[in-house]
Formats: sequence, C-alpha cells, structure tokens
Amino acid sequence: MRFIDEFRDPALARRLVAQIQREVAAHPAIRPVRLMEFCGGHTHAIFRFGLRQMLEGDVEMRSGPGCPVCVTAAQDLDHAMAMAEVPDVILATFGDMVRVPGSHGSLQEIRAGGADVRIVYSPLDAIGLAHDHPDREVVFLGVGFETTAPGIAAAIMQAEQEGIPNLSVLSLHKLTPPAMRAILDAGEIALDGIIGPGHVSAVIGSNAWQFLPQRYGMACAVAGFEPLDLLSAIAALVHAVAEGEPQVTNTYARSVRPEGNLVAQHMLGSVFDVGPAAWRGFGEIADSGLHIKPSLAHRDAAKRFPVHVERVNEPKGCRCGEVLRGVVNPEECALFRRVCTPRNPIGPCMVSAEGACAAYYQYAEVIDDRP
Amino acid sequence: MCLAIPTQVKAIDDHGVATVELGGVARQISLIMTPEAQVGDYVLVHTGYAIALMDPDEAQASLATFAELAKIQDALEREASTGDRFAGTPSSAASAGVER
Repeated sequence: MRFIDEFRDPALARRLVAQIQREVAAHPAIRPVRLMEFCGGHTHAIFRFGLRQMLEGDVEMRSGPGCPVCVTAAQDLDHAMAMAEVPDVILATFGDMVRVPGSHGSLQEIRAGGADVRIVYSPLDAIGLAHDHPDREVVFLGVGFETTAPGIAAAIMQAEQEGIPNLSVLSLHKLTPPAMRAILDAGEIALDGIIGPGHVSAVIGSNAWQFLPQRYGMACAVAGFEPLDLLSAIAALVHAVAEGEPQVTNTYARSVRPEGNLVAQHMLGSVFDVGPAAWRGFGEIADSGLHIKPSLAHRDAAKRFPVHVERVNEPKGCRCGEVLRGVVNPEECALFRRVCTPRNPIGPCMVSAEGACAAYYQYAEVIDDRP
Repeated sequence: MCLAIPTQVKAIDDHGVATVELGGVARQISLIMTPEAQVGDYVLVHTGYAIALMDPDEAQASLATFAELAKIQDALEREASTGDRFAGTPSSAASAGVER
C-alpha cells in the first residue's frame, strides 16, 4: 500500500538501528536513552516490529497515556452507562469502548441487559441512526483526542444544518499536550525525549509541541506508525540528547504540517470550549477537555439527559494509572497476567487494543519464546 | 483509537463526499476537513473523515534521507574494523528483516 510499504524496508531499518547504536556508543553517558511514546498506536507498532528488542540496552521505551479508552475515568463511563439506560436513548459508540469496565459493569453488559448500545465506525453513522429513528434520541459517546474530536464537531455541525434534532454528544474528548505537561510537571519519571503522536499532530500540528524544548528542555520527534518512521524519530531524539540540543523534529512530514489542519482546528473551535477533564490515573487536568459550547447546549447529552452518577474508586490493585503516567511498566503490576488478562480485564489498559497492558500481554509470549 | 489510514480518492460527489477503498471495500468518506483534495490524491482517513492530505513530495524526501543515511552507514561500517555484523549486500541485510 502506498505511503506504508515503502516505510517498512527492512534493510533501511537495520541501518537506522545501527546508526542509533553508533550514536549511543559514541556518547556512553546518555545510555540508556529513555523515551516516552505518548501514543498507544506507537506502543503497539514498537512491539509489533520488535523495535524494543533491537534497541535493548541503548534505548528504553516507556508507554504514555495516549489511549483515549484507557484514560476515560470510570465515573465518566458510569455516566455513559446511566445515559444508555434512559428510555428511548440509543447510545452510539466506537467499538473499543464497549468492553471497558466502569465501576459496575461495562456497556457490553448493560447491552446484554437490554440497553440499546450500537457500535458505529464513524460519527456519520450516528447521524444516520438519528435520521432513521426520529422517535428515538441518539447519544453519541464522544471519546478520543484531537484526531477524533473534529469528526464529532463535523457531525454536530451537519446535524444542525440538516435539522436533525435527536442527536446529542456526551463529550469526553481530551487534549494531549496538557497530559504531557502533567507528566513532566509531576516529575515521577525521568525522561530524555518524547515521541509525539502522529495523527493527533496531523490535526494540531508539530508546532503544538514546541513547549517541550522551550519550557522543559525536552526533545520531541513527531512520528508515523511504520518502522522507518519510528526509528527515524528515535534516531532524531538520540541525536538531540547526545548533542544536548532539544528541539521538535517532524519525521512524519507526509501527513503532518507544522501548523496542522487549520480547517479541523476551526471546527473544534466552533463546537467546543476548552475546560477541565478527568483522566484515569491523573485526576482532573485543567484545560484538557473539550466541552460543547453553551450555544449548542441542545447537542450536549450531559445537559439534555441529566443523570445521577456516584463518585467511584478505581478497581482494587489495578495500577493502570501508574502505567498511563509511565511510572511503571505493566509487568510491575501484581494483577498483570495472573488475574488481569484480555479475556478478564480488570483495568482499561488491558481492554483497549491500544492499551499498554494489552500490548505487553499480546507480545510478551512472542518475546519469551525467542531462542 | 487514533488509527488513520492513507488511501486514494477515487471520486468526489457534489457534497464533498469521496469514494475510497479501505481494506478492499469501497467506502464513502467526508472531505470536509481537506477541501483541497482532488481525485487521485491520497488522504489520511480517520473515522470516516479525511484528516490530512498526504504529501508525496515529503514522503519522497523522507525516503531519500533514509537512502542517504544508509549510504553513510555503509561507508562507516566498511571503515570500522570491529567485526562484520552489518556487512553484506542489501539483500542479505534485508533477509535479517525488521519484521520477525
């Protein structure tokens, strides 16, 4: 496939690995270089292509909070489930949300109990549902980062234009730079550089990460999802660390512009206001959430269907929060693999295909079996 | 969740809805965020919307940089006297592939 296959050339990948090893060997004081990949998609690509093992000893990778399903607070999930049980409501959601455990059960479980929960591929499908069911109320569960939120904004604008009254959104959308700042401000983990999320940056632009070198002296490389993308980002970060010259490098220029997608940004600004949001593992982070503007209150499911939600605690023993902050690896959690598995997930990091625990679980056996 | 896939625009209707092929299946996607996209262009698709227009020149520039790097790396390895871990033709290096 064009724009994918050519970025998987194994011979070139081998050379990039050698270059990284050579640069680290020339600067032994920086060894191992500790990098965080913010994005859960990167976590999976790094495992899938065996990059961790190739760079072992020279570069240590830490997974970050870049999994929207994982960082959705249990209380917000309870809110969505309560909404799905309102009479006449159809709750439309992306597929990865239905198995995530709230404080009592998941969307999948309440669907089995009779709630009308529909899995959709696109917010456009939710418009179709609202159109086809004029006697019902369609609530779209809006989960996702800057990559996903413009599509929700577009759907809300389309519903306005087409006069479709029965579509509203429970917006749990989150912004990524505030979470990155929260990790660095907390100082729980010493990092040398950040692999910036590729598809988030396609929307917000690589310039959105300039605060990392400017305010934190931290190098950042925005990366795509193929082996050459990730290795060139790692090479750029190792070089910046070796030279002591942190900067933002865009190694995904075929998709990411410095200024991002201005049309998408404008759509976000037309539909949402920025405000606080609750992140699993972090608590509330200021200015990290997207809330539907008061002028569009009739599209805001939280206002249209007020439901009572109890304060809840995270599952006992689950270290998802620390995993999301990069403080521990999944293997350091006592539940990992013993109690918490993809078939019986205790925390969301094991549920989502992008969760760090799911990645460690899925690929660990492959690694263990190696001669 | 931020998965996005590059795909080619096959047709565009009057409402800015494009026909593309995803995983062998024809799909309709919205070009509302990439109004500059033309038939034949590649766009990055996420949840039914094109979120970026792919830039073939930038893709080519990245690949050219990798090729240049590989040349430099090969030259460095020929100079290095320590073992021949990475020596050999590109095809033998390829067989030591990154995807296991």
